[in-house]
Parts: sequence; C-alpha cells; structure tokens
Amino acid sequence: MTTASVVSAARGTVAIRSENLCRHYRMGETLIRAVDGISLEVRAGEFVALLGSSGSGKSSVLNLIAGLDRPTSGTVVVQDRDLAILSREELAKYRLHVVGMVFQSFNLIASMTLAENVELPLRFAEVDRSKREDLARAALERVGLQARMGHRPSELSGGEQQRAALARALINRPQLLLADEPTGNLDSHTGTEIMEMVREFNQQLGMTVVMVTHERALAERYAQRMIFLADGKLIDDRANVPTTAASGGQS
Amino acid sequence: MKIPDLTELALRNLRESLLRNSLTTIGISVGVASLVAMLSLGIGLQQLFSRRLAKSGLFDTVLVTSRRDLRGMGRDEERNGPAPAESRVLDESARLEIEHLPNVLEAYPDIRFITELRYDDKPHLTMISALPSSAKSKDAFDGMQGTFFSSDTAAEVILQKSFAEELLGKSPSRGVDETNVADLAKPLLGKDLTMRYAQRAPSPAPAATSADGANPADSALAAASYSVISREEKLTIVGVADLDPESMRGPARAKVFLPLKLAESLHVMQPTDLREIARAASDQPVYSSISARVKDPAQVQLVEDAIKKMGFGTFSILDASRGLQQVFRVLYAFLGIFGSLALIVASIGIVNTLVMAILERRREIGIMKAIGASDGDVKKLFFAEAGAMGIFGGIVGVALGWTIGQVINLGTNVYLKRQGFPPEHFWSVPWWLVVFAIVFAFAVSLASGLYPAGRAARLDPVQALRYE
Repeated sequence: MTTASVVSAARGTVAIRSENLCRHYRMGETLIRAVDGISLEVRAGEFVALLGSSGSGKSSVLNLIAGLDRPTSGTVVVQDRDLAILSREELAKYRLHVVGMVFQSFNLIASMTLAENVELPLRFAEVDRSKREDLARAALERVGLQARMGHRPSELSGGEQQRAALARALINRPQLLLADEPTGNLDSHTGTEIMEMVREFNQQLGMTVVMVTHERALAERYAQRMIFLADGKLIDDRANVPTTAASGGQS
Repeated sequence: MKIPDLTELALRNLRESLLRNSLTTIGISVGVASLVAMLSLGIGLQQLFSRRLAKSGLFDTVLVTSRRDLRGMGRDEERNGPAPAESRVLDESARLEIEHLPNVLEAYPDIRFITELRYDDKPHLTMISALPSSAKSKDAFDGMQGTFFSSDTAAEVILQKSFAEELLGKSPSRGVDETNVADLAKPLLGKDLTMRYAQRAPSPAPAATSADGANPADSALAAASYSVISREEKLTIVGVADLDPESMRGPARAKVFLPLKLAESLHVMQPTDLREIARAASDQPVYSSISARVKDPAQVQLVEDAIKKMGFGTFSILDASRGLQQVFRVLYAFLGIFGSLALIVASIGIVNTLVMAILERRREIGIMKAIGASDGDVKKLFFAEAGAMGIFGGIVGVALGWTIGQVINLGTNVYLKRQGFPPEHFWSVPWWLVVFAIVFAFAVSLASGLYPAGRAARLDPVQALRYE
C-alpha cells in the first residue's frame, strides 16, 4: 500500500470543483432534473458526506464525480481534469488511476476469488502478474482478509465483501475514494468497522473521501463536512466535527 | 489489458457458462467438420485423379504431331496457326531438333500400326506400339510380369493384360477387371508370336527417265515411291503389363509393345506413309507423331511452347490436368460453400451466446467499467471469448472432420472390396486445410463477436450497475 505522503501530497488544494453542474434525464415527456445546478468545492484530504433523501440526486452527483456519467451542462473538475471534455478512453483511465469506488451492494464479481477481484483493476492497468499478486495480498491483509484470498464473494459475509471492495478500491492508490451508501447493506457493527477503515484511509493516507449516505448520524460521526441535497439542488453545506475519535468508534 | 490476462479472463468467463458455451463450441465444431469433410473429399478426389493420370507415366511427355495430320485437339492456338497443308513435316530432322531442345531428354518417333499377330495358329488383330528403353522406368510397367526388353533391338514383345486375356481366350468378366496378371503371364512368357506386317521398301530407281534428265517433278515423285512387301517376324513374349501404358490415348491405345529400334528397323508401313506420298521428296522417315520426354513435369509447358513455335501441334497430360484443375477449383468452391453453411449457422449461435452473456453479465460489465476498464478492454474481452470458442471449435471440428473422413473412406473401401475393386484413398486432409479451417473458424467467430463486443463496450456503466 502506498505511503500517506504520496496520496496526501496535495492536501488542502481543491480536489473536486463543480460549477452549475446539471444532469437531466428525459423519461418520456418528463424531464427529470437529477442534478440541477450544483456548485461545490472539495479540498484534497477532506471527508465529505453527501446527504439527502432518496431521489435527491446524491448518487447522481457521485456518478458525475466518478466519471461514470457526463453532465448535461456545467463543469466538474477533479484533480485538474475537466471530466465533461474527457473522451471515453480518458474517463476510463481516470476511473482506473484517480478514483476508487465502493458501492452499497459491494459489486464484487461473483465468479472471481477475492484476490482476483482485488487485482482486477491492476489487470486493466497492465501491471505484471507477480507484482499484481503482491499488491492484492497486501491490500487484503490491510483489510484483514488475508485468510480469505481464495474464497469467492458468495462465501463471505457482507462485511467481508465490503472490506474486499475497499481493498479493490484502494489497489491502484487513488487520490479519491467515492463511497455510495457503503454501510447500506450492513448491520451497524459491521458498518462501523467499514467506516473506521474509510476514516483510516482518509486520515492516514490523506485520501479525499466523498460518501453518499442517507444516514445523518453516520455522516455526523465520520464526515468533516456535510452537504445536503434535495431535488437535485444543494440546499445546505456545513462543516462537521466527527463525533468519534480516530482511535476507534462505537457503533 | 495484456493478451495473457485477456485470454485468462475470457477462458474463465467461458467456464462460468460451461454448458451453453460448450454447445455453441460444438456448433462451430460441426460447421468446421462439415467444411473440412467437404474440402478434404474434393482434395482427395483430385489427388486420386492426379495419381491415376500420373500412373499413365505421361506427365513428363509431350506428344508432338504435325498439323498436317489435323490431329490437334481443336484448340484455339492450333486453329489459328498456319494452314495444315503449309505446316512442317514431322520427319527425322524435326525429331533431332526437338531432341536438342533444352530440358528434353529424348524424342522418339511414335511408331504404331495395326497388324495381325498369330499365336497358337490363331490370328489376332491389334494395335502395336514401339517403346524406347527409357519406358522401362515408367509406373505403367509397375507390377509387370516377366521382364522389359533385353535390348532395344531384341525380337521381343510385351503384352498388355487385356491382350494376354484375348490370346488365352479369357474374356474379362464385367466389374471384375482385376484378373491376376501372374496367372495370365505364366502360360505366355517365353512363348513366340508371329507378327505379319506390311514392310515399306524403297522402289528400284527408274534409271531410264532420270538419265534423260526428264521432268524433275517426276523424279521427286519417283524418289518418294516405295513398294509394300508382306513380311513375318517371330517375337518372344517377355512381359505382361498389368496397367495400361497408353491409357492417355483412349481407343487408339496399343496393347502390344515392341522395342523402338526393332520397330524402326522393320520399316513397317504406317498410315502417314500414304498421306506423305504426294510430297515427300526426301528419303527421311516421316512420323505421325513424336513423343518428347521432358526432364521434369514442371518444364513441360516450356517445352510445349518451344515445340509449338517450331510449327507443330502438341499435347501433354498437363493440358488435361489443367482442365481438371479448373473443374476441381469449381468443385472446391461448391464444396466450400456447402461446408461453410453449417459454420455460418454456428456463427449465429456465437452471436446468440454472446448477446445472452451481455445480458447476464451486464452488471459485471458495469463493475469493470467502474473500476477502470475501458470500452476497448470490454470489447477485447468479448472478442477473446468469441475467438476462444472459434479456436476450440476449429480444433475439435478438424478432428471431427478427419474422423468422419476416415470412417467414410473405410466404409467405401469395404464396399469397393466387396465389389471386387482395389481400395482407394480418396480422402485427404492436408496440413494447410487444418490450418485454414482453424483460422477460418477463428475469423468467423471474431466476426460473430463484432456486434456483441461492440454492444458490450457501449454499455452505460451507470445503467449497467443498476441492473439486477
């Protein structure tokens, strides 16, 4: 795993900046304004929570930052890259090298073992097999799954799967960790374990974290900043002092 | 993504839906097998025909005829050449000229005549032909009973099997032409035949007219005149040939063979002698045809061209084989098209399988894209899966096609044996067909993967990740 200094080199500079960001869909005759003119800035090393009810547009914003989707209008600039003008190939490279993603439903590939899942991004990055195996082992050790490397996702608990997903998200040493409801499918104890890991990456590696959640309590416990969305608009943006100490949290 | 990684992922994905992918691969195998079976049948048949032609021993021989004889095959170059009456006479000087052409080993006159042979006091009318000593090495005399002529002038004769049957009064039964040649030869070898023939002898010079210095045309005519004397020659049977050395000549083929020098020394009256009487002012022998033996069959065309330039008509087995090759090319095309039909049907199976795979693995594609796979990576992965099915299908198909061929070959040979025919190998799978079939299956599979791979690559990752 990378050292903190590499990832946090630009701590304090602007990591994400969006201006009047819009993502509209047409559904039949109806225009859905999933994201409707959001402007925000996230500094490198920040832990930001995007909060809002279902359909508020928080996942859509996350997808735009992740380069999985393109804005209808406005700009989203991540690490000095204007995602709206990148080609599909460049966006793929951006997702490969700059962003790590964690999903509510873990999104591990069922036919692959944990080790294979974790090293999959390294295959796309054309890393040599021997180096790939070493990196995957180290990443799984970091999340405490070294004994489960040869297991398939279906043989693991939800918490273990999410830990493996975290290991996969970090394998390419991204500057940005995007988490979409990472504890949504976990019990509170396991959820806390995962969140502690996320916070550890944020604090120790200086990784910028943007987490989508609808649980305000979770955001208050871990995030340094909370951004509230409703109907695709930013309705509140406030700083927050995490309620749990860095040494370990209570569920 | 690197090729080994791509291959590994593709094979893993194929293993995940083993039954479906196996069925698709079997479909390709059947297609390839049908293609291989069809083409190998075509190739085998061509080889069989070529072998049969080669057995005639005439692949390295050019038959030279004078255009005066109108013996050409009616081909354009002969129709368009000089008028037959004005073209060159095929005489001894022409023979020597042909013999001195590059790549020509020898040029010998084609002495053939129909005459009576008496054996056991019974007359038999047949076509007799003279053979040079070089004919000994021809495949046509493989399996011959007895020996070849002891010398080029020996009073010996070789019989073709069918004539031997005639002498012994054995008529070949229909469908069973494999009468044992050894049985035929046993009572005949060493026995004598009497050949009755018409000898052409020069007429005594008409002294009175030539001395007076009369009309030169008359003297030329006188020089060309000759007498015909009936002669007899005792010949010893030294060999009985199993094969037909003159199969190329069709109904004009000879069934009895004499040594060339002996035949020349007999001055047997030949059909051309009558034709040439009106103009032959020289005492040189004139031949109806000459056989030019070429060093290598590959040079036959060159020699043929050179002889044509001299003003003679030519015929070689290459002419026949060239026509045959054209027929086989058409046959290949038809067999190939029919064979490919099954492969085309199989390719639709590949498209179906991969489109199904996209639907099933939609979420997986979304995940791969979310963690950094490019459109190209996804496209290549689906291509690799299609290609792997193609290669496996190709290999299995070739093996299957080969097996089908062997079984059919075996079955047909059992049938041929029962019908009293010798076994034949008419099924051939050359190495290039193996390579071609696998490469073709691979190419067809990749082409089938085009649409599904493109569709997978274009998947919207956000939509794909939402898919359950």
